[in-house]
Amino acid sequence: MSAASPVARRNPFARAMLYAVLAGFAVIYLMPLYVMLVTSFKPLTEIHQGNMLALPDAWTFAPWREAWGSACIGLECSGVHGYFFNSIKIVVPAVLISGLLGAFNGYVLTKWRFRGHKIVFGLILFSCFIPFQIILLPMARVLGILHIANSTTGLVLVHVVYGIGFTTLFFRNFYASFPDELVRAAKLDGAGFFTIFFRILLPSSIPIIVVTIIWQFTNVWNDFLFGVSFTSGDSAPITVALNNLVNSSTGVKAYNVNMAAAMVAAVPTLVVYILAGKYFLRGLMSGSVKG
Amino acid sequence: MSKPPSSRGAGARERLQHWLPKLVLSPSFVLVLFFVYGFILWTSYISFSDSGMLPDYTWAGTRQWSRLWSSWTWGIALHNIWVFGLLYIVSCTLLGLLLAILLDQRIRAEGTLRTIYLYPMALSFIVTGTAWQWFLNPGLGLERTMHSLGWESFSFNWLIDANMAIYTVVIAAVWQATGFIMAMFLAGLRGIDGEMIKAAQIDGAPTWKIYLRIVIPQLRPVFLSAIVVLAHLAIKSFDLIVAMTGGGPGNATAVPATFMYSYAFSRNEMGIAAASAVFMLAVIAALIIPYLYSELREPRS
Repeated sequence: MSAASPVARRNPFARAMLYAVLAGFAVIYLMPLYVMLVTSFKPLTEIHQGNMLALPDAWTFAPWREAWGSACIGLECSGVHGYFFNSIKIVVPAVLISGLLGAFNGYVLTKWRFRGHKIVFGLILFSCFIPFQIILLPMARVLGILHIANSTTGLVLVHVVYGIGFTTLFFRNFYASFPDELVRAAKLDGAGFFTIFFRILLPSSIPIIVVTIIWQFTNVWNDFLFGVSFTSGDSAPITVALNNLVNSSTGVKAYNVNMAAAMVAAVPTLVVYILAGKYFLRGLMSGSVKG
Repeated sequence: MSKPPSSRGAGARERLQHWLPKLVLSPSFVLVLFFVYGFILWTSYISFSDSGMLPDYTWAGTRQWSRLWSSWTWGIALHNIWVFGLLYIVSCTLLGLLLAILLDQRIRAEGTLRTIYLYPMALSFIVTGTAWQWFLNPGLGLERTMHSLGWESFSFNWLIDANMAIYTVVIAAVWQATGFIMAMFLAGLRGIDGEMIKAAQIDGAPTWKIYLRIVIPQLRPVFLSAIVVLAHLAIKSFDLIVAMTGGGPGNATAVPATFMYSYAFSRNEMGIAAASAVFMLAVIAALIIPYLYSELREPRS
């Protein structure tokens, strides 16, 4: 329910103003995406003529084809598609592993409490908030020692390690409100640790699984700092490739190709958000994030 | 609760059940201890060492720290993060609150509008930076568009103006994060107890007064969360600046995160980079630890 009654419900003028302001903000929020999209479908000559708001006179898919398959990033001229698949290779295992660990941690920290569980949770939780600059230097060395520097495997490890904090937080807060009685009854019936988890808690965990997957997927897909610090060349994720493409200083700037590449990098998270954003917000706001 | 019942004696299975939870938790805990706290200690030590391109564990006292504080770029970076952080936190909070209040008026298209305000949050900062760099490009973007629409005198070249470039980053960052803050406030508004509001309405109090006196004070926890989240995002901001301005023109938009990165990976000054990272951690810790402490200490239902 709304907190206060609608602003001047009986006043049609105020109501119209309200909608106008909201629509105005909507236009501002959509503008960059719109400009990106129309630019990515324009030939370069049209871009140089000006007016970035205009729809393309001659629609072309060439910038998208070039961004995907033939744009030059560094010395390699094969577009962003390889980097796109790198990101997928990083995201899928990183999300699954960190999610699974988080679920177990949340379960232990709420239903199998031991002395010191609060300190353990506090220590894990704080890792969500550290500025990652503090771990860049030692991580680069450890990845080198493990022979997974400059590889997608290395980035999976990095994302799992620094994702555990959030996934543990999500599941812990979700399971904290799961009735203890059910778990206690199952324990009395002789059900073991894993039985209780898989039979009783997991089936009702769908909302928090959705939140965790969306959160981790978005974070890992959009990561730039780890990608740029720990990879170069062929094993870089899409965000690093996009930045190299856009901010390389050689040659004529192909703005349409840049925008198409940016869209390629944006589409997966946008799709996830549009399809499942509603569940994400609902889960997030039902207290799963607040400590 | 975790103690096995003693009456039946400690069978192997029960002992396993007793240790299993800790066993399951331990890999994560060990990873965090090593990769978070071990690394923090390592980096902190490096900031007091002679390390340059390679780690050199010779104790150097506060040499790296004094080099950091006498660095001109570090001064710019601190100034920028202060300006950026303040504007970013204040703008996002006020705008997010405003949008939440406006959306909380039983708006017909609320779901659609919410999606529109929120979608930037799903984008990578690199995508946002790329888009805004193009949007604000003095040669071809907004400025040129305004000229072609007939507003010849329109001029907007902040992106390449060393004094103004940091504000373009603020604009893009606010665009990206406001929706999220709005969602936080919206959730807060939905959770407010309606009784006092009804009473005030019966007394004939005007709507703005109800919001100012009753609703907003009740949102205090949301303000706190929003400010902590935003401050934390601001201090960590790196991607957006790299993508939009690359820290330039010159060093004009350097922030601590870009400073640290360039000293660590381009200039091979590991010691200074470590010192700057420790400083960033200290600021965030000073902010986050009291917050987490107060959040976790509250009795849970």
